[in-house]
Amino acid sequence: MVDRITDIWGTRTPFARGESWPVRVDQLLADGVGEADVDRWVQSACVLCSNGCGMDIAVKDGAMVGVRGRAVDAVNQGRLGPKGLLASWQGVATKERLTRPMIRENGRLVETDWDTAMERIVARSRSLLADKGPLSHAFYTSGQLFIEEYYALGVIGKGGIGTPHMDGNTRLCTATAAAAMKESFGSDGQPGCYTDIDECDALFLYGHNMAETQTVLWSRVLDRVTGPDRPAVVCVDPRETEVARLADVHLALKPGTNLALMHGLVRELFAHGWNDEDFVAHHTLNVEELSAAVQPWTPEEVARTCGVEADDVRRAAGIFGTSRRVVSTVLQGFYQSSQATASSCQVNNLHLLRGMIGRPGCGILQMNGQPTAQNNRECGADGDLPGFRNWENPDHVNELAALWNVDPQVIPHWAPPTHAMQIFRYAEQGSIGFLWISATNPAVSMPELPRIRKILASPGLFVVVQDLYMTETAQYADVVLPAAGWGEKTGTFTNASRTVHLSDQAVEPPGEARSDLDIFLDYSRRMDFRNKGGAPLLDWVGPEDAYRAWQDCSRGRPCDYTGISYSKLRGGSGIQWPCNEEHPGGTKRLYGDGIFPSNPDYCETYGHDLLTGATVGPQAFRAMAPAGRALFKTAPYSPPHEEPDADYPFRYTTGRTVYHFHTRTKTARSKPLNRAAPDAWVELSVSDAGRLGVAEGDIVSVRSRRGEIVVPARVGDIRSGTVFAPFHYGYWDECGSPDGRPRAANELTMTDWDPVSKQPVFKSAAVHVERVAAGAGPSAAPTTTASRPASAGSVPVTVGGPEAQAQETFAPEALPAGSAGTVSAGPVLGAAVPATTVGELS
Amino acid sequence: MKLPMYLGLLHKAEATLARSYRQIAEGHGAEPDIHFLCLTLAKQCDAHQQALQPVVARYGEVSEDDEPERLHADGLTETRSGPVGLLRDLQDLYLLANLVDITWTMVQQAAQGLRDTELLDVVGRCESEASTQLRWLTTRMKQAAPQALIAAD
Repeated sequence: MVDRITDIWGTRTPFARGESWPVRVDQLLADGVGEADVDRWVQSACVLCSNGCGMDIAVKDGAMVGVRGRAVDAVNQGRLGPKGLLASWQGVATKERLTRPMIRENGRLVETDWDTAMERIVARSRSLLADKGPLSHAFYTSGQLFIEEYYALGVIGKGGIGTPHMDGNTRLCTATAAAAMKESFGSDGQPGCYTDIDECDALFLYGHNMAETQTVLWSRVLDRVTGPDRPAVVCVDPRETEVARLADVHLALKPGTNLALMHGLVRELFAHGWNDEDFVAHHTLNVEELSAAVQPWTPEEVARTCGVEADDVRRAAGIFGTSRRVVSTVLQGFYQSSQATASSCQVNNLHLLRGMIGRPGCGILQMNGQPTAQNNRECGADGDLPGFRNWENPDHVNELAALWNVDPQVIPHWAPPTHAMQIFRYAEQGSIGFLWISATNPAVSMPELPRIRKILASPGLFVVVQDLYMTETAQYADVVLPAAGWGEKTGTFTNASRTVHLSDQAVEPPGEARSDLDIFLDYSRRMDFRNKGGAPLLDWVGPEDAYRAWQDCSRGRPCDYTGISYSKLRGGSGIQWPCNEEHPGGTKRLYGDGIFPSNPDYCETYGHDLLTGATVGPQAFRAMAPAGRALFKTAPYSPPHEEPDADYPFRYTTGRTVYHFHTRTKTARSKPLNRAAPDAWVELSVSDAGRLGVAEGDIVSVRSRRGEIVVPARVGDIRSGTVFAPFHYGYWDECGSPDGRPRAANELTMTDWDPVSKQPVFKSAAVHVERVAAGAGPSAAPTTTASRPASAGSVPVTVGGPEAQAQETFAPEALPAGSAGTVSAGPVLGAAVPATTVGELS
Repeated sequence: MKLPMYLGLLHKAEATLARSYRQIAEGHGAEPDIHFLCLTLAKQCDAHQQALQPVVARYGEVSEDDEPERLHADGLTETRSGPVGLLRDLQDLYLLANLVDITWTMVQQAAQGLRDTELLDVVGRCESEASTQLRWLTTRMKQAAPQALIAAD
C-alpha cells in the first residue's frame, strides 16, 4: 500500500525509450470493502484532470465504493492520480449534494419540484425571446459535461434559440490550446499523443507544471527519466516546481514575458541552421515573416526582458535544435499569461521548423485543463460551431442547418462567437438577461471576483445554475437545478490526446437529481423548439441517441467519431479520433503525412492577426493558397498590461495545487485531499519575505487594484519579486462570502484576455504585499510539491493517512484486451487485473 | 514636388489617430480589450511617425496644405458611453484609420515613381500595420454591432 498524498506519483516503473510503459494498476476501495465484496465493476474514465485515465468503478449495494485504473488503457496503463483515487466517487457521494430543484422566493432559495423550476425557466426564456430576441440569452458551461450534453446544448443554443452567446469555462483553461492549433494548422486537433513521451529524447514543458496538473502523465515522465536513457528536460516556469527541479534547463522567467523567450528560442534555430529546410519548404507558409519577426531576440535581449540567463536560452535552444525527437507540452503558464496564443504558436513553430510533427517521439501536446474541455470545443457548446466548422464559411453553416433541418439564418455566424468574458460584460450592461450556468463556478474561477459577484447579483439578470452542490455561484441563482454527477449517468468524453472514453452509469443519482442531458432535453421540449419540418428539434431519448447524432455531425470533419460506437468503447479502452472507415482503429498521431487541415474549404478558421485578433477573412486566406500547409504565425512581443510599480511592486500569478480540482467542489469533500491542502496561502520568496518581515505562516494582505486577500504566507522557492496564490479556494466552506476572510486568488486578478483565444490573463498582475499579523503556525500549503517551504524540515510534512492508502499491482505487460462489461460480478477481463489473478481469468 | 505635402498629411493623420486611440482607451476602460489594444495601436502610430523621420529629413515636410481642407478629420476629443456609443467611437476610429491607410498607399505610389527604396521599405512596414488596424476595428465592430443595435437598451 502506498500513501498517495505523500507519494503523489506512486512507485517508479522505469523504462527505456521505445519500450512500452510498464503496467501498474492502482486501486482504492472504501474502508472495510474488500475486492470480494464488490458486486460489479463499471467502465469509466477519470474526470479530475484532462489526462483522461481509464478507470473502473466498484459498485456494492447500489453505491460506488472504489476505483481502479484500467490496465489496458494506453493513457494510464492502470495508474490513477491522487485526485482520481480520492475524489472520484468520494467527491460526489456526499450528504451535501443538491437533491431537489430550488427557486428564489422573496429573495431566498427554496426547494420545489421539477415542473415548477423548469416552468419558471421557460417562462423567463419565452418572455425574453419575445421582447428582446435570442441575443438576450447566454449559456455558460464547463469542461465537465459529456459529449452528449454539450452537443444537446449546442443544438439548442445554435439551432433552436440562435444565440452566439455560448461559452464554457474551457475559455479559462483550454481556449488557447484550440486557438494556437487553429492558427498554425487550420483546425483544432492535438497533433501528438502520450506515447510520444515513451519515444522522445527531449521533453519541453512550457508553463506546464505537469507534476501537479496531470500527475499520471508525470509518472510516465518520471519513469522515463529514471530509466536507462533519460530524455533531456527543459522547464519554462517562474516557480521551482517539481518539473523545474528535474529539469536540465530551468528558465525561470518573469511572468508575462513568454513570447520574448519563445522568439529567442526560435531565433536560435534559424541562427544555427537547425531547421529542416525541406519540410519547411514543402509543408509550411510564411517562414520569412517568422524569421524577420524574431531577429531582434538575441539570447542577451531575451535575458534582459525575461530575467533569465542568456546561456540558458542557448542551452535550451541547443537541446531543441539537436535532439532527434522532441516532445513539447504547453499549459496555463502560457495559456493564462500575456500574448497567450502568440506564445503557444511559437511552440508549434519550433516543431514545424524542425519538421518534428506526426512522428513517434515528436509530439506537440497543447494540453487541456479539464477532463472534457476538448468536447466543449468539438460539440459547439462554446463559441465554435460543432465539428470544428468554420463560422465564416457559409457551406459549413449550411451543413449544420441541413443536419438539424433548420434555417441557416438561425445559426449565429455573422460575427465571432461571444466569449465568456464578453458574455459577462453584456450581462453587466444588461443586454443579456438570461444566463444559464452548468457545472461551473464563475463566482470563484473568473477574474476580478468583486465585479463577477456584482454581475451575478444584478436584479435584471435571471440566473440558472445547474450543479452537484450549492456553490458560491448557485447562491446567486434564481433557479438551481440538481444535476447527476460522474458515475450517475452515461456518456462519453475525450481527453487532451483525442482519446474518447465511455463512462457508464454505475449508480442512481441522489434524490431528484437528473443528468445534464435530461435537463437540456426537458428544456428543449418545454420550449417546443422545432425544426423546419415541424418535428421536435431534439427527439433524443437517452445519451446514445445524442451520441449517434453527434457522430453524424462529426462525419468528414477532423474530429470524425463515425467509427467510435458505444459498443466499440464498451470493453475496449479509449479510442483516438479521427476514427472512421479510413482509420477503423482510430488515429494515434495527426499530420504524419505533413498535410494540415488548412484547405480553405475544410479549415476551422481563416485565422487571425495574433497581436490584435483581427480576422484574416476568407479572401485573404484563400489568396495565401495554404493548400494543406501549416502556417508560421507570430506577433511582436509587447510587455504585460500591468507591470509592477511603486504602489504595487510584486508580480502576481495564480495556479493549481496537486490536491485540488477547479473550485474544490469535489476535492474538498475528500477528507485526505482536503487535509493535504485545507486552506489558501500565498507564496513569497525568501528574500522578499525577509524584506517584508514575513515569517512562515504569518498572515499577509495581498492587494491589487481590484481587491484584497488576507491569507497565511508560505516562504518558498518562488522567483524573487513574484507572488503566487492557488486559485481553488472560495467561500462555500467558510461563511459563503469573502466578507470575513477574503482568500480567493481571483479577488486580485485583472479583467483582460488574449486577443485571439480570449483566454483571461490570470498570471500577470501587480500587487502590494504586507504583513498584517503573526500566524498560529506554518501555513497549510502542501510540502510535497512546488509549494514546499524553502527551508526543509521547518514545516510538518503533508501526509494522507489510512484513507489515502492505495494498492499498486505490477502486472505483466501483456494483459488480455478483453471486455469490462458493466454488469458482471467480480473481477473483470481487461480491467485493472492484479497480476496474481491474471491466470485465473485467461 | 508635392510629396512633402503628403508626408505632412500622413504625419498629421498618424498623430491624430494616435491621439484618438488614446482617447478611446481612456474613455472605454470597462472594455479591457479595447482599452489595451488601443494603447498598443497608439504606440504603433507613434512608431510610424518615427519611421517617417529619415524620409522627411530628405524631402522635407509641408504642414500647410496648399489645397483647402474640405473634410475635417480632427480626431476624437471626447468619448461616448454605452454599447452604441462604443460602436460610434470605433466607427470614428475606423474613418481616421482609413485616412491613414489610404495616405500610406498614396505615399507608396510616389515612392514607386521615385524608386526610393528607403521610403518603400518604410511604407512596407507601416502600411501593413495600418491595414491590420482597420481589420481589427472591423472585427471588433462586427462583434459589437448586433448586441448594441438589437439587444441593448
